[in-house]
Amino acid sequence: MSTNTTFVSLSGLKKGRQAVSEVIELEGGCSTSGGSGKSSCGSSAGPEDMPPEIWEKIKNHPCYSEEAHHHFARMHVAVAPACNIQCNYCNRKYDCSNESRPGVVSQKLTPDQAVKKVLAVASEIPQMTVLGIAGPGDSLANPKKTFDTMRQLAETAPDIKLCISTNGLALPDLVDEICKYNIDHVTITINMVDPAVGEKIYPWIFYNHKRYTGYEAAKILHERQMLGLEMLTARGVLTKINSVLIPGINDEHLIEVNREVKKRGAFLHNIMPLISEPEHGTVFGLTGQRGPTAQELKAVQDACMGGANLMRHCRQCRADAVGLLGEDRSEEFTLDKIEAMDIHYDLDKRRAYQEKVEQERQAQHQAKVDALSAAFDEQLAGVDADMKVLVAVATEGHGKVNQHFGHATEFQIYEVGQGQALFVGHRRVDLYCQGGYGEDEQLPSIVNAINDCHAVLVSKIGACPRDELKAAGIEPVDEYAHEFIEKAALNWFADYRQRIASGQVVHVPRGDARIRQGAYTAEAA
Amino acid sequence: MALKIIASMCSGCSACEPECPNVAIREKGGTFVIDPKKCTECEGQFDSPQCIAVCPVDGCIKKV
Repeated sequence: MSTNTTFVSLSGLKKGRQAVSEVIELEGGCSTSGGSGKSSCGSSAGPEDMPPEIWEKIKNHPCYSEEAHHHFARMHVAVAPACNIQCNYCNRKYDCSNESRPGVVSQKLTPDQAVKKVLAVASEIPQMTVLGIAGPGDSLANPKKTFDTMRQLAETAPDIKLCISTNGLALPDLVDEICKYNIDHVTITINMVDPAVGEKIYPWIFYNHKRYTGYEAAKILHERQMLGLEMLTARGVLTKINSVLIPGINDEHLIEVNREVKKRGAFLHNIMPLISEPEHGTVFGLTGQRGPTAQELKAVQDACMGGANLMRHCRQCRADAVGLLGEDRSEEFTLDKIEAMDIHYDLDKRRAYQEKVEQERQAQHQAKVDALSAAFDEQLAGVDADMKVLVAVATEGHGKVNQHFGHATEFQIYEVGQGQALFVGHRRVDLYCQGGYGEDEQLPSIVNAINDCHAVLVSKIGACPRDELKAAGIEPVDEYAHEFIEKAALNWFADYRQRIASGQVVHVPRGDARIRQGAYTAEAA
Repeated sequence: MALKIIASMCSGCSACEPECPNVAIREKGGTFVIDPKKCTECEGQFDSPQCIAVCPVDGCIKKV
């Protein structure tokens, strides 16, 4: 376990980017879990296989970094409603169910309206560092609207990072344009590298003035996706891959997708569960194609470890989301409200604020490393050394166990084994406590969502949910309130192993858990 | 010879508008309409009408 970690002091950080890169290089980002030397949080703080220049680009990007998402905010503008392909998991009549809240048509914006909205949000929320165009529709099937928005923003708000999301069909023709507007993050949704798999996902594409169907359509799409990815990599544009996990169609296949996209330079792979409620009216929803369970999703993500870096914290936000990832402030920035706003875009003020946030974040990161270096775990007779269990954590951020069970709208999931605690995902739940009273009917749904966990770490929990969780076989734990998550998880695990060794408890494997369907729509607390 | 967009089925996605070679499509109150005077059904221009080929809602665009 590394106890003599070298860290640049806060004053050192002020020297700028070089110093931060050095920290990352020396520290390997977040190899804070000791023992295994593995990164404890995937993409969260600069894994060993991520070059410093890439880390520098994404460290303030809430969608790419689990750690950054508590500190920096993003927004999407819905300027791109048209699409050039049809996916069986999308119903265009009701917006894209995998990118945006189904049943509610996003407020579509013109480029001018979008720019005004971005400036309004950026003036109000100084943490807002990233602007994305992710539909509803395909950003590159709407090149005029997308690039008109980006061109204006590159001029008026040069500090905001621009990114787009695309299915890749039009991508090869537009790579020059992407580079022109300094768009340094592109997400391509790639669900297959074999057209035989693809034809089960895509009924048709519109390409070169023609509608193609079946195998031919999937083959063209696949070739365009691979070409586009290669072109972006050659230009040094960071490219993330999104894949929708569809059980029985591309679950096993995504391991090959991961290999192929890694080979072509994708730096991050985000495997998301299919959303397919019948009421969304998608083909998959209507044919009864189910989404994966939590353990099915985790199994595919785990099988891809060692390939392209995996992203585990995606919350499948709406295409018009605004704010920190755990909140949605889009209601504060509707068209009529923006019209009435007096917008003062102050670049220097934003920079000063973000610098302060970054300093706090580094201080917090160091505190976490220090806290973890004190944790140790001894080998116990009669306990399986390879045992790993999942724990759910209620957190409001700062990397700590600091949320009341009843206030959690999601739980972070950590896999704990001897000497390591790895962030493996999150589970959304309905708020248990509303207006100060526990909603008993919510509890079974919360248990379903974390049913594969052995414990739930919280800052506080009421007597009633405590008893019910126990009855369901999940241990409620509030002893580690306000400690860093990894330290709390390791300490709980050491204690759990002690109890197994002493015969106080019998270790029983847990079952599976249910992923809540629908895009992330939590409102700001 | 012209095509018509069934307004009740149109999702307003705008995919058809830029594909029309005759600039016959425009937005009207959140959905799209085809100017019958300009529409040629893409005869002699493309293999099939471009608006129908790109429209995500089956049956939304019909011959009148």
